[in-house]
Amino acid sequence: MSNFKLTRRGMMQTGGAAGLVLATPTLLTAGSHSGYTNAPTGSTVKIGFNVPQTGPYSEEGLDELRAQELAVEHLNGIGDGGMLNTFSSKALDGTGILGKKVEFVTGDTQTKSDAARASAKSMIEKDQVVMINGGSSSGVAIAVQGLCQEAGIIFMAGLTHSNDTTGKDRKANGFRHFFNGYMSGAALAPILGANLGTDRRAYHLTSDYTWGWTQSESMIASTEAMGWTTAENVLTPVGAGDFSSYIAQVLGSGADTLILNHYGGDMINSLTQSVQFGLRDKVVNGKNFEIVVPLYSELMAAGAGENIKGVYGSMNWNWQLQDAGTAAFVKSFGEKYGRPPSNSAHTCYVQTLLYADAVTRGGSFNPCAVGEALEDFEFDGMGNGPTLYRGADHQCFKDVLVMKGAENPTNAYDTLEIVEVTPRAQVEYPSNHPMFGGDEASVGSCNPGA
Amino acid sequence: MILGLNRRDTRFLIIVILLTLFTPFLMQPFSEGSALAQFNGGYPDLMAKVAIFGIFAMGFNILFGLTGYLSFGHAAFLGVGSYSAVWMFKLLTLNVFPALIFAVIISGLFALIIGYISLQRSGIYFSILTLAMAEMSYRLAYSVLTPITNGETGLQIRATDPRIFDSATSSGSPNLFGLELSSSFKWEVLNHVFTFNVGFYFCAFVAIIMFYLTLRIFRSPFGLILRAVKSNQTRLNYTGHNTRPYTLAAFVISGLYAGLAGGLLALMDPLAGAERMVWTASGEVVIMTILGGAGTLLGPVLGAGAIKYLEIIFAKINENVLHGWFGFLPDGLEDFIVFILSRFTGEGWHLTLGLMFMGIIIFLPGGLVQGGQRIAAKFRRKAPNDDDDSEHHPKSTSHVAE
Repeated sequence: MSNFKLTRRGMMQTGGAAGLVLATPTLLTAGSHSGYTNAPTGSTVKIGFNVPQTGPYSEEGLDELRAQELAVEHLNGIGDGGMLNTFSSKALDGTGILGKKVEFVTGDTQTKSDAARASAKSMIEKDQVVMINGGSSSGVAIAVQGLCQEAGIIFMAGLTHSNDTTGKDRKANGFRHFFNGYMSGAALAPILGANLGTDRRAYHLTSDYTWGWTQSESMIASTEAMGWTTAENVLTPVGAGDFSSYIAQVLGSGADTLILNHYGGDMINSLTQSVQFGLRDKVVNGKNFEIVVPLYSELMAAGAGENIKGVYGSMNWNWQLQDAGTAAFVKSFGEKYGRPPSNSAHTCYVQTLLYADAVTRGGSFNPCAVGEALEDFEFDGMGNGPTLYRGADHQCFKDVLVMKGAENPTNAYDTLEIVEVTPRAQVEYPSNHPMFGGDEASVGSCNPGA
Repeated sequence: MILGLNRRDTRFLIIVILLTLFTPFLMQPFSEGSALAQFNGGYPDLMAKVAIFGIFAMGFNILFGLTGYLSFGHAAFLGVGSYSAVWMFKLLTLNVFPALIFAVIISGLFALIIGYISLQRSGIYFSILTLAMAEMSYRLAYSVLTPITNGETGLQIRATDPRIFDSATSSGSPNLFGLELSSSFKWEVLNHVFTFNVGFYFCAFVAIIMFYLTLRIFRSPFGLILRAVKSNQTRLNYTGHNTRPYTLAAFVISGLYAGLAGGLLALMDPLAGAERMVWTASGEVVIMTILGGAGTLLGPVLGAGAIKYLEIIFAKINENVLHGWFGFLPDGLEDFIVFILSRFTGEGWHLTLGLMFMGIIIFLPGGLVQGGQRIAAKFRRKAPNDDDDSEHHPKSTSHVAE
């Protein structure tokens, strides 16, 4: 211990000397100042895919990554072009974006706000990306959206279903294609009323963060509007793993319906444990006990297996839809990966294409030009029918799917069946709706950064 | 004697200052566009994180490296510091000083309470007590105190915050009397891009001050007593010293360092989340300290740098990047090598960290500092143990892992 100090210093002297040598080079040309953050200079443009690769939502994140890679291939003219062939806007021609070849970097959000922001910062500061896409948690999406607004780049949200993302936390540089809690409630309530009756008593188990809060708020509002009552709304931590202590209390409350405002690994665990507790075999208030999962995904359905049979939920998109856009996307995704895409994969794929299209139509990577091109943009051919990117809150409006766990699935991928395609008009709301921050909420002005 | 340091330590401090000042060069060794640019780490966020976690680990080292008390709950103070700082941003002003001062005070109070309770026991029982305390703090932040902490979503600054000392027109990011921490100066030379960021230099300035304080603590009679606690606490008690106040002081001091680091984290990125307090975050600082070399001055900082660098840079090496590197190989071999390496990069970077940690514990129990010492010894003819300053370098005690 007594000797190394001198040698350490010697090493550091060498390091310091190296630093000094580096510090005295000849000055070359100064950087370009194009008026916005990370303006691409060469023949390529870089975008960042920030998805959870570990943690409770990692399955979704890895599927998003597959779709994003596919989208980059299609933008660069590799493969069959996928939805570029069915997209109503024909600005993209498979030569990259504005003639620049698209490159991408990836990062792991770990489903944690801190890690997601660190990863996004390294994309912005080190890799100089002009856009960040992806993510699979609303808490993370809101955190990263705030960061992108400050840094002056575009954030194309991935899977985020909280009302707040385009509600009270909406940002001028952030855009969401995915649907939200309010839309789930508005689409599900009529189907639940018609199939389960209008006099039920619901018990909510809710993920304790922004998505769970707004999802349960929306579900309570829309089910109570048709005559249901709410027994209790219990908040559970994300990634809890074991929900048995929460489920044990459900039957004692006199509720005949359990609404699981859970997602990803949490939903698989809570639904499986509810079924193991025998909830679905019980008869309460003279009615069969039912479980509802407002936000579904194929990956969750596959994870929950048998247990989802007959359970209602909603989705943004499903590969079983019959339109041309869906068919084109499912075909190219299937050829590359040997499986159908999930709805989180779909939304990230579409967001990447929409961004590229907006840059091309706006003629610049400047976030303000991109924002202007996306605001109030109407398009079709992306699998959801005619869609509107509303300018007031940067939320997409399109049809919503009401789903049900299939009774007789024929393979590992058709575990969900489409009950109804709820038309867009039924899930629309004014941009100053009280659940979305009311009159105070505003996207503010776009920030081009530097 | 300058600043109460002898010549050796003064030189040591000057070298550390120079190293810190030239970090934007040292962490950006490869030119843009070259294949190795992937390994450049000289961007503001990472550099600032190294400085911040360096402070965190330095403070932890005062407790663990000197007294041998292994705390598994230091992330709680980091989190408390962040929450306090963000609340100051929300309530008072976006200037950094109220936030930092408040962060240090509140985390110090926390450390006093938790330290007083945990130090009723020593050894493994102390570790378990700190772990339990930190886990309680985490649960409180996560769900019970949601109105204060905003739960899983995390506490953020909003345009609608009161901020009573700021004018309505002030910008939306933390600043140093108007100079925004996020502003940087970019210098492009010889195909390199060097970024000089206000926030990083602020963190580096604080880190240098904390390094100086640590140096003084290590060299002080107080530091000597702490080392004596680690060597043989019972004998120290027999000689008439009451060790409890000393260990409590060391605990609170390390808590203050952690709170300061938490405040700086909030400065660089005004968001405070409960995950900052989870027990794995406490484990991380233990790993940083041991990886760099517990009980040494520079070790914890090196460890913090190594881990933060690995976490960000290794996690970015995805399969596409690997395919780019090994594209010259025949297809089958390329796929095989990429498959093996991709287990250790991207989302698998923890595996790399685990292997590295194992290797260091087994072959270099003194951490990276010992590694540097061994390499240097190879190049020197001088026999060891001829240090002129042995008074300040008592014989090292056995490493915790031994």
